[in-house]
Amino acid sequence: MSSDTAMPDLPETNYINAEKGLKSWLTTIDHKRIALMYLIAIGGFFVVAMGLGFMMRLELLNPGEQFLDGAAYNRVLTLHGVIMIFLFIIPSIPAVFGNFCLPIMLGANDVSFPRLNLASWYFYIAGAIVALFSVAAGGVDTGWTFYVPYSANTDANVMLPMFAAFLLGWSSILTGLNFIVTTHRLRAPGMGWRQMPLFVWGIYATSWIAVLATPVIGITLVLVLIERYMGIGIFNATMGGDPILFQHLFWIYSHPAVYVMVLPAMAVVSEIVPVFSQKRIFGYRFIAMSSIAIAAIGSLVWAHHMFTSGMADEGRIIFSFLTFFVSVPSAVKVFNWLATMYKGSIKVDPPMLFAFAFIFLFSIGGFTGLLQGALSVDIHLHDTAFIVAHFHYTMFGGTGVMFFGAMYYWWPKMFGRMYNRTMAYVGFAMFFVGFNTLYFPLFIAGLKGMPRRYADYLPEYHSYHALSTVGSWIMVTGILILFANLIWAIKRGKRAERNPWGGATLEWAVASPPATHQFDGPPEVGEPYDYKIPHLGDDESAGSGADEGKA
Amino acid sequence: MSDATATPAELHGHEDHGHEDHEAHYGVPGYDPTASKMGMWLFLFTELLLFGTLFIVFAAYFYKFPTYFMEASSSLNIPVGGFNTVVLLTSSLTMALAIAALQRGNVKLSVKMLNATIGFAVLFCIVKAFEWGGKFEHGIWPGSDHVSAMEFGQQVFYSLYFVMTGFHALHVIIGAGLILWVKKRTLNGTISQERLVLMENIGLYWHLVDLVWIFLFPLYYLIS
Repeated sequence: MSSDTAMPDLPETNYINAEKGLKSWLTTIDHKRIALMYLIAIGGFFVVAMGLGFMMRLELLNPGEQFLDGAAYNRVLTLHGVIMIFLFIIPSIPAVFGNFCLPIMLGANDVSFPRLNLASWYFYIAGAIVALFSVAAGGVDTGWTFYVPYSANTDANVMLPMFAAFLLGWSSILTGLNFIVTTHRLRAPGMGWRQMPLFVWGIYATSWIAVLATPVIGITLVLVLIERYMGIGIFNATMGGDPILFQHLFWIYSHPAVYVMVLPAMAVVSEIVPVFSQKRIFGYRFIAMSSIAIAAIGSLVWAHHMFTSGMADEGRIIFSFLTFFVSVPSAVKVFNWLATMYKGSIKVDPPMLFAFAFIFLFSIGGFTGLLQGALSVDIHLHDTAFIVAHFHYTMFGGTGVMFFGAMYYWWPKMFGRMYNRTMAYVGFAMFFVGFNTLYFPLFIAGLKGMPRRYADYLPEYHSYHALSTVGSWIMVTGILILFANLIWAIKRGKRAERNPWGGATLEWAVASPPATHQFDGPPEVGEPYDYKIPHLGDDESAGSGADEGKA
Repeated sequence: MSDATATPAELHGHEDHGHEDHEAHYGVPGYDPTASKMGMWLFLFTELLLFGTLFIVFAAYFYKFPTYFMEASSSLNIPVGGFNTVVLLTSSLTMALAIAALQRGNVKLSVKMLNATIGFAVLFCIVKAFEWGGKFEHGIWPGSDHVSAMEFGQQVFYSLYFVMTGFHALHVIIGAGLILWVKKRTLNGTISQERLVLMENIGLYWHLVDLVWIFLFPLYYLIS
């Protein structure tokens, strides 16, 4: 921290110490406390799944069997996928930062249905417990996609992870429903749709996808379970059913779900880029509408996961076209971020570094996605390590990076403490270098024919895999430094100012950490990206924006 | 969705409440019927998509096996299915009358109408149970030897028949339980003329259950 002026003490009562004891947390209906409970659970599961990924990389260090045989590798792979997708990426930014920031950004004191919000958390925990229970019951080797007929026939206990996914689906439906109603009903007086921060727009679009797409996977998984245990043959070819239909239904949800994963990340970038350029966001309406466009077009591209599964040529051409088309609104966002930075006074603070990393990594992930959208190329690339590299660049390089970015952006607000900047830069550098060392070689190995989901490989792929494994060591070290820095900051960090970054959205106008009821009265609502509002400056003597709002 | 067309003034209705309460309660969500209804509509969307998925599956297989579907359909009893359709439609009417009665403050009539709705729901389930029982007597249940010996198209028809009517019956049972709960709350005054959004929401749910059956009946019984 550059500023050594006397820092204000932490507010004596805030949402963290307002009540004490475990019970006060488990029964809380405060959106900020629920956000923290999500953060602990989601962060924990991320570390576990990262450990599993680390194990897979170690196994692949050399050709031949190191310490995982093929069956064990399949189980580790499935568990890594299930935890990362269902327990980390899908809930990550909406459940933690959506819960924490969305009501504050709207000028409200909570979401519309606070008790339902707590119920969503319990659905999440119940799903997590069932998922962990499935590990104790021997693990599952289907991969996170649960494709039939294998998932309907395998000896592994498929019921538990499927039921877990069903519960977790309800968690995200109820959270989405809550956010949509909150956005409609609890905006502060004077906050029209065009005064909403772009983070809110992104979460709003995400919530619609979650509400509309998740029921499809819910009923599909239930159908597989009925098929498995009650002799129904809807996906069973020996009873007239069609296994391909499962893939359609699965991806009707699961492709929109990748936008559930990435839209919130883009929404965080849209907050960070203007703040650290101290320049009004370029093309507010285009960014807001591109979220809605991604949500709409993204619902119509699912079959590009199935170009090699057996489909009419007409269908493949249409889905290929739509796949190219959905990249347009994503590109609109990137151009707007770059235009926002242009001639801005850019401050390269840690959150901005993550935003840079997102733009760089997600662009690589996006362009390699376009390659697969092309029919002829996809035949070659399908089920190779190229795909693995692609979705790690989009999901991890996109959503994962911005989950870190959001933590580094909002941590001073959530805990009232600032982390160590030097360690943030060191951790980020190791993460970024490690990430590219880990995943980029997989693009090349995949192009040369290395299949995905294999525990072993031919010696000609050795150099790529060895490089990739070394990358995983660097990356994991970087991530552990990033996490340790944040945890250290909660207790030991310097007191953070109310508005350390100079943001103009409402969360920077309330105390750090906020009180349980952050607003005493209707806050003064201004333009979310106008950085010349005097009362939002660092000057603490001006008092809180919320108080001024009443004046 | 009715709420999407609400005027901005309606959408900001909570602000009026905010001014009535003292300042310390600013922005704390209280009784907000518009929000509750919006939430219920969103929940109904998820139900529509759940059943919508099943209808897509039905459409895909009907397209694949039209003649077998028609043949299997003729084994279903149209008068019984028709009777159940009338039962459910009437129950939707009594549900709507229960709400209308409470809107005018007539708790007694409202509770009577809720009782009638629950009665119709139970009647529907009894008839459905007899229908399924009849099928079981003929050796028709998922995975039975008799069904396994049939043509693919007919096997799929019966798979879907049991899954979709089963899911629907489950919703009828849940709906009846919810109406029972609403009745209790109406009797103890938690639901009243001034605060009846919960009854309206459960009513919406009940109409959805009815609506799904209105599609199930012709698709399964009348295609022959």
